Amino acid sequence: MLGYFVKRLVSLVISLIVASAVIFSVVEIAPGDPASFMLGINAQPDTVAALRTELGLDQSKLDRYLSWVGGMLTGDFGTSYTYRAPVAQMIADRLWVSLPLALYALTLSTLIAFPAGIFAAARRGGAGDLAVTGATQLGVAIPNFWFAMMLVLIFAINLRWFSAGGFPGWDAGFWTGMKALTLPAIALALPQAAILTRVMRSSLLDILGEDFIRTACAKGLSSRQALWRHGLRNALIPVLTIIGLQFAFLLAGAIIIEQVFFLPGLGRLIFQAITQRDLIVVESVVMLLVFAVILVNFLVDLAYAAVDPRLRTRT
Amino acid sequence: MSRNLILGGALTAIFVMAALLSFVWTPQSVEAMNIAGRLQPPSAANLLGTDHFGRDILSMLMVGARTSIAVALVAVGIGMGLGVPLGLAAAARRGGMLDEVIMRMNDLIFAFPSLVIAILITAVFGPSATNAIIAIGIFNIPVFARITRGAALSLWKREFIMAARVAGKTRTRISAEHILPNVANLLIVQGTIQFSLGILAEAGLSYVGLGAQPPLPSWGRMLADAQTMVALAPHVALIPGLTIVAMVLGLNLLGDGLRDALDPRLRVVRT
Amino acid sequence: MSLLDIRNLSLSIHGKPILRGISLRIAEGEIAALTGESGSGKSMTAFATLGLLPKGAKATGSITFDGTNLLTLAEPQMCDLRGREIGMVFQEPMTALNPVQTIGAQVMETILIHKAMPRDKAEARTRAVLKRVGLPPDHVPLSRYPHELSGGQRQRVVIAMAIALRPRLLIADEPTTALDVTTQAQILDLLRGLAREENMALMMITHDLAVVSDMADTLNVMRHGDIVESGPTGDVLRQMRHPYTRQLLAASRHQANLGAAKADAPLLSVQGVSRDYPMPRLSLFGPRPTFRAVKRVSFDIRRGERVGLVGESGCGKSTLTRAILGLEPVQEGQITLDGHPVWQDGHPNLKVRRKMQVVFQDPYGSFNPRHKVGRLITEPFHLLPDPPTGTARDRAIAEALTAVGLSPEDAGKHIHAFSGGQRQRIAIARALIIKPELIVFDEAVSALDVRVRAQILDLMADLSRAYGLTYLFISHDLSVVRSITDRVMVMRAGEIVEDRATKDIFDAPNHAYTRSLIAAAPQLPDDLEALNAPHPAL
Repeated sequence: MLGYFVKRLVSLVISLIVASAVIFSVVEIAPGDPASFMLGINAQPDTVAALRTELGLDQSKLDRYLSWVGGMLTGDFGTSYTYRAPVAQMIADRLWVSLPLALYALTLSTLIAFPAGIFAAARRGGAGDLAVTGATQLGVAIPNFWFAMMLVLIFAINLRWFSAGGFPGWDAGFWTGMKALTLPAIALALPQAAILTRVMRSSLLDILGEDFIRTACAKGLSSRQALWRHGLRNALIPVLTIIGLQFAFLLAGAIIIEQVFFLPGLGRLIFQAITQRDLIVVESVVMLLVFAVILVNFLVDLAYAAVDPRLRTRT
Repeated sequence: MSRNLILGGALTAIFVMAALLSFVWTPQSVEAMNIAGRLQPPSAANLLGTDHFGRDILSMLMVGARTSIAVALVAVGIGMGLGVPLGLAAAARRGGMLDEVIMRMNDLIFAFPSLVIAILITAVFGPSATNAIIAIGIFNIPVFARITRGAALSLWKREFIMAARVAGKTRTRISAEHILPNVANLLIVQGTIQFSLGILAEAGLSYVGLGAQPPLPSWGRMLADAQTMVALAPHVALIPGLTIVAMVLGLNLLGDGLRDALDPRLRVVRT
Repeated sequence: MSLLDIRNLSLSIHGKPILRGISLRIAEGEIAALTGESGSGKSMTAFATLGLLPKGAKATGSITFDGTNLLTLAEPQMCDLRGREIGMVFQEPMTALNPVQTIGAQVMETILIHKAMPRDKAEARTRAVLKRVGLPPDHVPLSRYPHELSGGQRQRVVIAMAIALRPRLLIADEPTTALDVTTQAQILDLLRGLAREENMALMMITHDLAVVSDMADTLNVMRHGDIVESGPTGDVLRQMRHPYTRQLLAASRHQANLGAAKADAPLLSVQGVSRDYPMPRLSLFGPRPTFRAVKRVSFDIRRGERVGLVGESGCGKSTLTRAILGLEPVQEGQITLDGHPVWQDGHPNLKVRRKMQVVFQDPYGSFNPRHKVGRLITEPFHLLPDPPTGTARDRAIAEALTAVGLSPEDAGKHIHAFSGGQRQRIAIARALIIKPELIVFDEAVSALDVRVRAQILDLMADLSRAYGLTYLFISHDLSVVRSITDRVMVMRAGEIVEDRATKDIFDAPNHAYTRSLIAAAPQLPDDLEALNAPHPAL
């Protein structure tokens, strides 16, 4: 167990190092000098040079990489070129919108997919199964941002149950904040729930064909009892993989959905930064997103071990 | 032929033909603006109505199909072209150095959703349809590498591969001669799925401005333009959205139908 | 009155007939054997009795258990019966247990699901049952997971689950087929003991007549969904009224005609060979531990010799085979064929490889399903510097196919057009086509039904006499090796413990392990020898 944990942890650290190096190098090959870009074409050469020193642009590439990584480890993400404000603070403010949104959506998607997948698998080939399978076929074909626009059209513009966008801030109260995130979370969650339902269903059906399910029936379990007691936990292993992968898509998806609902999250920050060529902000936000994905996959690996005893004894 | 195969094949064929037709003919020019006739609902003159510049939506959709299909197709090509050889190579030397490196690289790319790759590329080189292709294509590589490796590994355990090895064939030759033809069905089905995911991803990227740029029409950008008009003229958002749904649904049905026709036991992944 | 009374049971799955009106009775305490080749319907009889038929199955007739017709019983009542009154043991212990649940929980579930007793008593019963099947909880705690147990231990857990509530009928479907011969003998003893001591009726399903000949009270011989002969085991085996029973019995004890043993100059030489496998790291930094699967093994095979290599699973015989074939390098020692090493400078030596060919176990897995027979059997031509083309190639194909009893026209067919036995003939044709000096038969008849197996063994013997073949025959099954080799090597835990002429080994085994293998192997009773049925037509 400890061996498995350590191995996963080492792999996490290596992934982070390689990912940060890749992100840094890609941004490095960007044409143009951020300092002259910030000061405009008419700037004096010595002003540009002063700014370059201030931003640390005159150091060697390796030094700059190390100080970027070292800074992030101590919570210092550098200073935005355009806003002249600490990037860490800018990200932290936005994260309070994006992260709750992604988690909200993940919760919704799981809460929908588990019962739907189990329901369909238990009624394989029946009318209920066909209905669920048909719905998921449609669900995986719907672009989430268009679905979001349709939700706005129906629930905000026509029914006026929700506001069409914007975020009042958590200061306005937890439930007010949650209400503002509800339509975006549904838009994010439903297409993902369709995928998760399919995985849950097919993974359960695979397990239900295994020999040990037949053994359980020979012990006197009804097929439903066999599904709940023996099928579910085994079926969870592929489902966990997909949940881990989905978190990456939800974070990325959140960036797009924020555009539909005018939410002040990481999405808006990063698109502004791209337009203004504020590369330090882009670099840091991307690193943060990648970190989140790698971390979630690490947690999924640990969850495997909790579900599957075979992983615990293997070193 | 299953119902899935027929329905999916027909839907896909309609879109491909519409895209091809748009090279020689569209109902109206997509450059012709007509401010007076903007945001018109569907009519005899404009079968699917007009957008906020008064352009014919049907013509826009036909030209947009070109962009969508081209981006998704090339991205699948990149993913297959690089992913399949990598997967074959990894499986041929299971547990070896190369396998380890390829699989770790795969894990790493999985940590970069195509949107994040697109953000990085766009931040550096500016937005374009090419960026969308590269971003989606890179993300397809580990998908193909992984399923190829998985299928190849189980084939390597089969005795006919052992027999080929005893016959003195090299691993490369066995991969090309015995493994690849036996994973081809799986690759065709997975390719269809990735094609549909590519259509969705391209729409998303163009929607946030990281993909196709004006004046190149694209389904995602049509939706971005429609966003502020949705209360005034719902059809400008409804129609392009349904078009995407129909195309993706068609490809997914085609993929399922192909799988059932070729080999129902194929394990494809969908994320 | 019989405990189980099956009358005129017919079964079809999606319209395809599986059972054709069979009748069968089993009394309390009786061991009834169902035997027959694959596809004869013996397992389906068991699943019908338990009400666990696959979808699309339709059964007619009656299965009366203790006065109740099981075919008309509703599913909830059937669930109540399963595990409590009727228990079942399956063939494959590796997959019959839930991998993510402890063995204790799985055995106790049988008791709890029927609400037979409160939890604390159920746990005590679980311990007692596991002890009864030979897994005392002091040695094998209830908290173990299936993957921590050996195949034989897992089968004991499956048996414990089946007998936890002392059912009156126990059904065992090929319970020892997946196990090694010494484990098989122990499991058979256990099942026999349970039937006798607990007065359980036991329905024993097996393809192996020898397994049941000294254990079953009654014998039912099945073929194509019919019971062709049934009665007390001794009577059936002595009288053999039905020709099929005679064929089965003759095939099980079939001796191929090898001709006189020859032994010329040494052909294959294995000198002090060791093979290591890397194990998972124990610590992050220390050297990677290795497992030595083959330990300094040495032997020669002379030209014209027919040598057997026997051992239980995990003994290292497969590893040794791969090294001999030059598929993997060895860590110590050397393997040479005709004086040339099979592995040289980090590569398999092609010059040597073209003198060796192999026939594998699985008649279904050993061909690329996409190629035609002609292409499949010429694959070894790849080893030749100038492979024959055109008519020479066609002639070689025709010759090889004819040699194995097929026709030259078969070259144009796909592999799925052939039965398991025919596929094994094609595999032999593939091995013969480049006229190798040594053929390795790797469990080449293990997957075949007994009558087909006898035919393939005859084919090997015929070819051996006609072409003066040298071969190495690898098997887990002593009885097969006995009929087809001049000399046998017995392997255990990576070492060859005995290497002598076949006749000597079976008449007077030297090593204790060889003796235990021979003792454990199920044998048909000797007094039947006199019957000596004629060899069935091919």
